[in-house]
Amino acid sequence: MNALAARRRHPAAIALLLLLGLILTGVAYSTFAPKQADAATAAASSVEEGKKLFLANCATCHGLQAQGTKAGPALPGVGAAAVDFQMGTGRMPMAAPNVQAPRADEVRFTQEQISAVAAYIASLAPGPAVPDAEYTTGEGGDVALGAELFRVNCAMCHNFAGSGGALTRGKYAPALRDIEGKHIYEAMVTGPQSMPVFNDDNISPEAKNDIVAYLHEVDKQENVGGMALGNLGPVSEGLFVWIFGLGIMVGFAVWLGRKAA
Amino acid sequence: MSEHDTPHGEVVGTGDGYGSTAVRLDQGHVEGTGGLPARFEDPGLPPHVARMADLDEKGAKRAEKQVAALFGLSSLGTILFIVAYFAIDPEKSGFIPGIGNASIYNVVLGITMALALLGCGVGAVHWAKTLMPDSESVEYRHTQRASDEDRQRVVTNLMDGGEKAQLGRRPLIKFSLAGALALPPLAILLPLVGGLGPLPKDQLSTTMWKKGDRLVRDPERTPIRADQVTIGSVFHVLPESIKDSEHVLEDKAKAAVLLMRLNPEDIKPQKERDWGHEGIVAYSKICTHVGCPVGLYEQQTHHLLCPCHQSTFDVTQDCKVIFGPAKRPLPQLKITVDSEGYLVADAPFREAVGPSFWERGSA
Repeated sequence: MNALAARRRHPAAIALLLLLGLILTGVAYSTFAPKQADAATAAASSVEEGKKLFLANCATCHGLQAQGTKAGPALPGVGAAAVDFQMGTGRMPMAAPNVQAPRADEVRFTQEQISAVAAYIASLAPGPAVPDAEYTTGEGGDVALGAELFRVNCAMCHNFAGSGGALTRGKYAPALRDIEGKHIYEAMVTGPQSMPVFNDDNISPEAKNDIVAYLHEVDKQENVGGMALGNLGPVSEGLFVWIFGLGIMVGFAVWLGRKAA
Repeated sequence: MSEHDTPHGEVVGTGDGYGSTAVRLDQGHVEGTGGLPARFEDPGLPPHVARMADLDEKGAKRAEKQVAALFGLSSLGTILFIVAYFAIDPEKSGFIPGIGNASIYNVVLGITMALALLGCGVGAVHWAKTLMPDSESVEYRHTQRASDEDRQRVVTNLMDGGEKAQLGRRPLIKFSLAGALALPPLAILLPLVGGLGPLPKDQLSTTMWKKGDRLVRDPERTPIRADQVTIGSVFHVLPESIKDSEHVLEDKAKAAVLLMRLNPEDIKPQKERDWGHEGIVAYSKICTHVGCPVGLYEQQTHHLLCPCHQSTFDVTQDCKVIFGPAKRPLPQLKITVDSEGYLVADAPFREAVGPSFWERGSA
């Protein structure tokens, strides 16, 4: 204990203490944080069932008739594909109003429940349907053509390697790593949030399949270098070099200039 | 207390074990006489501080071991590098703590090479700092001016040479030589300036777009019907005539166009509505700042963003600049539909697309 007391004024003491405090807080939070209550487990794919689920989970923001409120847009005409995308990727229901609905790892509804809500929304007005599985797996797609289509149509927001990027006022284009082909297809057809629509007349279903094939190919690609640093290009790499590269060089310069003891 | 009073600024011993030059706190600020002395005294070298290795043979031995260990580490790094070069499969990747999934081959080669180089360098510096001679020495600079005789001899030689070459007597040679020496740099400058390439003529001001040119998708180059462009859609468009282009990349870099469909009520200027077709509007995709492709279209806010410097254009206001370094709005391409319902250009771009250039003028 004496050794510890003697070192309490060491310059590293404050940093160590902060680190310890952060770790303790994190552990305590993950232990005591309230767990997500399981959503209703009723399973039915009828429009009626979908309406019930809609009223219970979505109507607060989207209105009782899905007519939209200040907090959420009107839904007639968005189609089953939009519902399948938004709920299937965990974006909806949103935890709180925000500039953009973030993707959630935990999807709170079963595929059957999502399909039921989708059927209900699709019954309000015609819209894009959930795509045919033939074009959403990327199988047999032309990866090179998909890459060209991706660079022309998608890369300016989502980055050439699908790493995502920033938009205005806190909005962003999400990263496209390890996303199910169906959801990539649905996002193109429905244009969720800030994303424009790429309907089947713009990019044909076969071409969409090529894009999915390209993105899946990127997922499979081995990282040949060291740290990817988010694949964000010169910004993150430059920051890393400025902090660590220059830091190490300054450290060496100080050591070189100091007389040996 | 009076023995410590130092009204004239000289430092006296404090007599409390801190040495004769220590200044006591209660002496406070000592007032000087002001002004600079005519000449500063050479303060000499600071007292020599002996190193551990100089005082103690054990310390020297330890330093020697440390240097040897660093050199040994360097050799080990080189050996491991060679082993890894042959032993590790370059295609293999695996999980590396702190990095994630990465090529083990590259990471191991990098680390072993760092050991090899750093061990060598750090060892050498440590050796120099701990064991090599550590005595301070001063070498004064000698005068650089040559002796008077030497200077005089150079001048005499030059004058003598000029005299013997008859420079003074034969002005014709003197002046023609001056010309011969002054002109040759032109032979170097001329190809340099000429090599800058032909003048651009009107190539910077014009694009491939002309009246009746169909709008086609990039990269498929298929024509677009007006009814295919739904609200919220964005199409990346080229002129159909790009297929006849001899310099596809150059022409594409100027002619690239972004096609969007807005709700016609959202469009504010009448000109934008008139130049479009039922809410379908076409704008140059080349940023007016430095020519990046402005491709980030937010379909809810109708903002167009340039990925390079975040210039933001408002599509509802004729692509006016609302943020960022761009100075001019994106030029609009006037479009209409042909007899088969395909979108065509109704006129070429009225102004030069892309960034400013010398001959562009203010228009």
